[in-house]
Amino acid sequence: MHPTPSTLTMQAPAREVGIAATVGRTPLIPLRHLARDLPPGVEVWAKAEWFNPSGSVKARPAWNILRTALAAGRLRGKRLLDATSGNMGIAYATFGAALGVPVTLTLPANASPERLAMLRALGAELILTDPLEGTDGAIEEARRLAEAHPDRYCYVDQYNNPANWQAHYLTTGPEILQQTEGRITRFVAGVGTSGTLMGTGRYLREHLPDVVILAVQPDGPMHGLEGLKHMPTALRPGIYDPTFPDGVIEVPTQAAYAMVRRLAREEGLFVGPSSGAAAWAALQVASQLREGVVVTIFPDGGDRYLSAPFWEEDA
Amino acid sequence: MPTLLLPMPLRPYADNQRAVQVKGRTVREALQDLVDQYPRLKPHLFNGEGRLQPYIHVFLNGEDVRSLQGVDTPLEENAELRILPSIAGG
Repeated sequence: MHPTPSTLTMQAPAREVGIAATVGRTPLIPLRHLARDLPPGVEVWAKAEWFNPSGSVKARPAWNILRTALAAGRLRGKRLLDATSGNMGIAYATFGAALGVPVTLTLPANASPERLAMLRALGAELILTDPLEGTDGAIEEARRLAEAHPDRYCYVDQYNNPANWQAHYLTTGPEILQQTEGRITRFVAGVGTSGTLMGTGRYLREHLPDVVILAVQPDGPMHGLEGLKHMPTALRPGIYDPTFPDGVIEVPTQAAYAMVRRLAREEGLFVGPSSGAAAWAALQVASQLREGVVVTIFPDGGDRYLSAPFWEEDA
Repeated sequence: MPTLLLPMPLRPYADNQRAVQVKGRTVREALQDLVDQYPRLKPHLFNGEGRLQPYIHVFLNGEDVRSLQGVDTPLEENAELRILPSIAGG
């Protein structure tokens, strides 16, 4: 049963949209031990996005994309179709199940077994693409399917859909402004589709013109930071404006892995590799400050990566 | 001669080729021949000590060579190796 369009707001009532009503309002957690050598006036905080339904930051854009497509009547009689590296698909499948919208996803066949199992458990139809072609290959397959079967699929295209970054403009940005009581001076976020960086960054810059916005990406085209894109060598998402961030921080995979282990053992934060990259970048930024409040985003939890080798010291 | 299939992000460093013929009786020799042919690939595959980066996955007939004999895994004359990337954003 689909809710009526007038109730399809970003924070809709649970009686209308079920679990989608719990998107956002995630905790902001200080890095107390990893930041202990910084000057007393420097703080580093992380937004714990695995508290979202579906377990990742992707709950925000998935719900905003789904609700706007539903409100516009674009999903009538069709399946929601998109390419994903995993987390966005899990979020679509979660809300699709809750609202009776069938979901079809294209994703590389080497997605982690945990992710594939979750997607199947949530009832999504999966179309696995050639791992050699990466996420860009999954995007091309979604485009091909949408063109070949326009009556079957509504291709929502997270890489080019403004509802992606607008989800963060509507929720993540205001939450950070409120949780830091307007004290944030640096916002540091990884880029995959770039929705988090663009939406949160736009909101913060409008309200705090002096805030510095920094993008985080892997330091090369071959990397182990699932969920992040090396923009110079990937299909650039249409929603990404490379002139928007004040700077780009490149993170070596091994540094991010080491940080993931430290976050677990020294802060009790069991997170995934893109969170390790975000923390490494945020601490680099903080180490150059005399005072300031650095906020970053931890996109997901570590339980999605239990089969990965990087939990061991020599990985 | 074994064939090595390259993922999209590495092709710019190998004249945009998807498949490269390599010489070698083991995975190690095949990878060495690859970087001899295309030296710009080397820093993307190996660390400063010449070891394969731990996040680079090399597959032989659908199996990660780490679950076989690692870089010492022997290769048949017509073997097909695949270097797989991690899964990028979204």
